[in-house]
Amino acid sequence: MVYKTMNLFQRIYHFYADGFRGMTVGRTLWIVIIIKLVVMFAVIRLFFMPDILGGYDNDTERAEAVREHLSQINNRINIKIKTI
Amino acid sequence: MDLLATVNWSRAQFALTAMYHWLFVPLTIGLALIVAIMETNYYRTRDERWKGLTKFWMALFGINFAIGVATGLILEFEFGTNWSNYSWFVGDIFGAPLAIEGIFAFFLEATFVAVMFFGWKKVSPGFHLASTWLTAFGVALSAWWILVANAWMQYPVGMEFDPDQMRNVMTDFSAVALSPVAVNKFFHAVFSTWTLAGVFVVGVSAWLLWRKRNIEAARMSLKIGTWVGLAGIVLTLWTGDGSAVNVAKVQPMKLAAMEGLYDGKVGQELVGFGFVNTDKKPGDDLPAIHAEISIPYGLSVLANHDPNSFVPGINDLIKGVSLTPQGDTINTVSYAERISMGREAREALAAYSTARKSGDESAAATALKTLRDNYKYFGYGYFDEPADAVPPVAITFYSFRVMVITGGYLLLLFVMLIFVYYRKAEFLEKPWLHWVCIISIPLVWICSQAGWVLAEVGRQPWTIQDLLPVQAAVSAIPSGNVVLTFCLFALLFTMLLAAEISIMLRYISRKSKTNIME
Repeated sequence: MVYKTMNLFQRIYHFYADGFRGMTVGRTLWIVIIIKLVVMFAVIRLFFMPDILGGYDNDTERAEAVREHLSQINNRINIKIKTI
Repeated sequence: MDLLATVNWSRAQFALTAMYHWLFVPLTIGLALIVAIMETNYYRTRDERWKGLTKFWMALFGINFAIGVATGLILEFEFGTNWSNYSWFVGDIFGAPLAIEGIFAFFLEATFVAVMFFGWKKVSPGFHLASTWLTAFGVALSAWWILVANAWMQYPVGMEFDPDQMRNVMTDFSAVALSPVAVNKFFHAVFSTWTLAGVFVVGVSAWLLWRKRNIEAARMSLKIGTWVGLAGIVLTLWTGDGSAVNVAKVQPMKLAAMEGLYDGKVGQELVGFGFVNTDKKPGDDLPAIHAEISIPYGLSVLANHDPNSFVPGINDLIKGVSLTPQGDTINTVSYAERISMGREAREALAAYSTARKSGDESAAATALKTLRDNYKYFGYGYFDEPADAVPPVAITFYSFRVMVITGGYLLLLFVMLIFVYYRKAEFLEKPWLHWVCIISIPLVWICSQAGWVLAEVGRQPWTIQDLLPVQAAVSAIPSGNVVLTFCLFALLFTMLLAAEISIMLRYISRKSKTNIME
């Protein structure tokens, strides 16, 4: 690959492209990475881990929701941690 | 909604994901340093054996890096879902360091890691070496921001609470980023990663010696791993002392819990080992520790660097009592007073909100002053009684001892290996030595994890020390949701860990049958 005739962006592109093409163990790792990211973002994040406060329209509403929660946790709720 | 179940499952889930994440991170940080040292040896000597070694360990670094990368993002998902009230309450104090860490990590990974793996034949040896060192430096510095965030949870400084936004607003960035707790925590964590990586290299090298493969490569690697590991464990012990001093100052209840200490005294002994009496409660007469083996004056020295200093126990802190070296009583703020002040702060917050909504600025100003005056103990307002603010003593006690005992073992291991390498080299052929090194691999991970268990369980029941307990921090979501995601994460992370171990073992086995140094 004749890098000297390429501009900077072409050289960067070919640097990564050649690198990925030359991978051995790296190919397996990239498969693991892609599967991991798909599971994390397209499954877990999307269906199971919503941003609770993201459902409010603005910061004022979020602040109000937190205020209400903090004021509702009263002293009758007794959180005891079981020790081993 | 069963709040208790939500709190406990949310904590369990965060503990699970954080501990899994911490399986990968310390090896990334520590092994990056070892690879950089090996490549420096290659650069200085142009000895191709060092290049081969660098590539071998770099591949293992890459495997761990690839499996571990982005696992930390799951913790951020949890902030938004399970701990939404906490994540709002901490405001930009948590968000800013995490954002910096994410940006830092992204550019590091995209640039210098790529040069490390792709650039051997594309860039000059000097540029490649610089990239390797920048990667090692960068992964460590990336950890700085996470540890700043965690340090703030232990010792909240540099902020002011805004009751309109219901958030803590950063007022002093340097106080947050350079707090003594943050600085010590960073170095303690990073030096511990050097220890872990040193043990990893030593253990894998020992396996090669045991299988009689690549003897020369194994010896050269073992030497580097031993020196890095020895430096790591010595510096970890030194910064661990600093951690104890910080904990004594800003989290005395954590210190008391990790010692199982209920009634302190001047010249307090340190418990070497014992068995926690799980029936013991604050204020009763039951013994705290069974079969105690203690070191005279040890805790006073550890906490205050003064054998004649007073170290408060759980009961002393609850009662608000301290002693001078002469035995005179000093009154501090009792937990009953803290609860009273905390309730006053909460009531003031409610009064402020009501006054603002009704437009009564005078009442709002009065309520705001009361809130500010009592904000320091805001979180205590959520407790029924002082004992609610005591961490789980048994877990804190045992995790401290697991960490220190395994850390002491690792120090002895590295000292022994130095002696063997330079004075009794024939022992490097002994199977017993090989297996001591190999079984040290899981032990160093246990040591590393125990440290985090101590730090986080010892902070309970707080998410933010003194300001926000877990029951206020957690999101109002059904516990069943948390149970489901707990199981999903357990499955995902276990599969990732199994994949990493499998890929690493296969790589080591395959490469060991060739000449690693070519």
